[in-house]
Amino acid sequence: MNSSPFWRLGQALLVLWAAFSLSFAILYALPGDPVAILLAQSGEPGAVDPAQVAELRARYHLDGSLWQQYGGALWRLLQLDLGVSLQTGKPVAAALAAALPATLALAFSALLIAVPLGIGVALAAHQVRRRPVQAALHNAPALVVSLPTFWVGLLLLQLFSFHLHWLPAMGEHGIASLVLPAVTLALPCAAMIAQVLGRSIASVSQQPFVQALRSKGVGRWQLLWRHILHNASIPLLSLTGTLLGNLLAGAVVTETVFSRDGVGRLAQAAVASQDIAVVQGVVLLAATLYVLTNLLTDLLYPLLDPRIRQGSRP
Amino acid sequence: MFRPLAILAIAVALAGCDGKPEQQAATGAPAQPQTGGVLRVAFDGDPNCIDPQQAGNNTALNVGRQLVDSLTDQDPQSAEILPWLAERWEVSEDSRQFSFHLREGVTFADGSPLDAAAVKANFEAIVALGARAQLAGTYLAGLESVEVTGPLSVRITFRQANAQFLQASSTMSLGLFSLDTLKRSAEERCQGALVGSGPFTVKRFEHNKLVRIEARPDYNWPSSIAGHQGRAWLDAIEFHILPESGVRLGSLLSGQIDVNTSVPVQDEAVLEAQGVPSINRPNPGIVFSLTPNVSRAPLDELAVRQALNKAIDRSQFQGVISRYQKPASSVLATSTPYYQDLSSHLAYDPQGAEKLLDDAGWHKGADGWRQRHGKRLGFALDYWQATTPVLELVQQQLRKVGVELRLNKSTIGQVSLQQTSLDYSLWFFNLTRADPDVLRTVFLSSGRNVNVRGPLPLDRLLLDSAASLDAQKRGTLIQQASAELLDQGHVIPLVEAATVTAFRDAVRGLHYEASTRLQFYDTWLVQP
Repeated sequence: MNSSPFWRLGQALLVLWAAFSLSFAILYALPGDPVAILLAQSGEPGAVDPAQVAELRARYHLDGSLWQQYGGALWRLLQLDLGVSLQTGKPVAAALAAALPATLALAFSALLIAVPLGIGVALAAHQVRRRPVQAALHNAPALVVSLPTFWVGLLLLQLFSFHLHWLPAMGEHGIASLVLPAVTLALPCAAMIAQVLGRSIASVSQQPFVQALRSKGVGRWQLLWRHILHNASIPLLSLTGTLLGNLLAGAVVTETVFSRDGVGRLAQAAVASQDIAVVQGVVLLAATLYVLTNLLTDLLYPLLDPRIRQGSRP
Repeated sequence: MFRPLAILAIAVALAGCDGKPEQQAATGAPAQPQTGGVLRVAFDGDPNCIDPQQAGNNTALNVGRQLVDSLTDQDPQSAEILPWLAERWEVSEDSRQFSFHLREGVTFADGSPLDAAAVKANFEAIVALGARAQLAGTYLAGLESVEVTGPLSVRITFRQANAQFLQASSTMSLGLFSLDTLKRSAEERCQGALVGSGPFTVKRFEHNKLVRIEARPDYNWPSSIAGHQGRAWLDAIEFHILPESGVRLGSLLSGQIDVNTSVPVQDEAVLEAQGVPSINRPNPGIVFSLTPNVSRAPLDELAVRQALNKAIDRSQFQGVISRYQKPASSVLATSTPYYQDLSSHLAYDPQGAEKLLDDAGWHKGADGWRQRHGKRLGFALDYWQATTPVLELVQQQLRKVGVELRLNKSTIGQVSLQQTSLDYSLWFFNLTRADPDVLRTVFLSSGRNVNVRGPLPLDRLLLDSAASLDAQKRGTLIQQASAELLDQGHVIPLVEAATVTAFRDAVRGLHYEASTRLQFYDTWLVQP
């Protein structure tokens, strides 16, 4: 594989272009008309002046053929102009910039909970000897992964906010209002980490070098900590992309249940009202995050795993 | 999506575990209104655009109402139009000219005066907003001129008779903004760059999160039907956007919000069981109705349309709607001015329906469906509203007389596209306005014409009803037009829309204005 920076950058731009074009095509093919939706919201099915509708269409670049619209959108994108939201009249870049910090705070807090929790469960499942506990630790992740996020969120709200009054149900007032949504979002991620790491630990423990170390009398914890975990953690890195996807998808639900602002809420509202410019902005943002994450993962692999470092030189 | 009934069922079941709602302020509450406090109000969706001149959705209008004053006000009980910014007015005999005389000393929040020139600038700006100000634009349709006849006197002339304009002048859609605001772009105004003369001013608007408005300390020109003078009792109002109904319910019960503006039918029982106070009111205007597209077979046949109206047993609806809702008894809701009970035109008459269809050649086949020349009698209905149980009941009732109704729950986008391209057999909608003129805007053959029909004598009735402010004359015309719409099967009314607002015990003086939107000027908090 060619790994020159230019090649990588080209690849990244290609992915962004593909994401942009694909989402444009899908949104264009959707039945429904964004301007009609905008006007329908104004309530009264009054007679609308076609000239005024045409003016609105032109203003939001929704007139012209598919290719004209696509070309125009791509040209504006190249000038870093993401357009204006049809629903709110706000520039898309500003809407994204306003929504991103809340989502980032949520996603990072979720990761802060998910990574130690996932790793902890995987390690505990490996180390614990009591049968029922071990079975529980092995099976819990599969169960948690299959719980719907909105349901977990509502349950947590019901218990900790409405019943015990410990934490607020809404708003963004510092740490307190971040706890419940972060836990909600973290649980499936932690379960996924625990599943992958648990399997990986199990397979590394079967390898001859572990047997050898064990027969040399290396202690259980030392063996796990120093030798098994280091090798077993490499598959976790390939999980980063999936986790990012999980966090973004989970943000839509979590932000809705906890009435938080963020990219997920923005995306959900924009899709519902076919606010094309905003949907495209969100898609581009997500694609950029993916590209950056994958780039970072690719760069980290060789650092963690000497085999890949050597393998890359033929 | 994650909105199935299951969530609600869980939320409702769990809400039952909660203790009593917060009632610490209920006992020994002072009878005197208190100044101060921040009222926390929950909305179910983002207002998108909080400029009342442009907005149309309820959340936006609920915010907008607090920011602007109107020329007149409408008594929610009597529907009478009463003074607000205008102390008095004259309407010409032909309902084309309206002269308003403003009260003195009213200012916008930036200190500029609210005078005749400001009224002129506002109305002209609304017309210039075009399709962006659809609601307000409809009210001002046919505007010929706005003349400043004195510092505080303004004359508004229409090209045609426009009796509804007097009521329209009481709406937030025709509320007034300062000249600086009118110079801003439509988009900036949507985002909250709004300076009105109302009791509250916009402080913050963060999409999908919150709108915060604060009381104006020097406000002193409330409507003539307001409960007090001077500034609003509350210091501020925070509108929080809580999309999940279970979260709104739990937040209200646990005292994290004060007012829930959107109570779904499923939550009513819980709130009642917990003793949570609430107010409710039918939305005035056109009830939830089906309107046939008469340019399409077989709805072009009078007998078929009439049979549909006769085959529906409206008394059964009560089982599937809110306890605060009523089955329709006319095309207009009971809270609409000039409403008259026309339920005799909507009587359940299955035999009558069967006979009409038989006579028209639609005979029941072996499978129970009616057909003619091998074609089954059936219609498709695409809708997006949360009224599926009512429509399913209609489906079952029509099935009994052999008519097929195919329901397709769709998105607002898809449905509005069908409507603009006239690609529908039946259109399902309701429309909120505290004036019977909605009939004209919706049904007039040269208006929105939801029936896609040619001119009829009915148009004369609709036009004449818009031409007179004489209550008795207008009432008769509205009744004749409504009855004609029902008898000709141009509308199949089903159920009234209703708004239910639940609130904490500590909230006092919460009430609806004439169009069933909330007005917070007289609202106060016990122990703010």
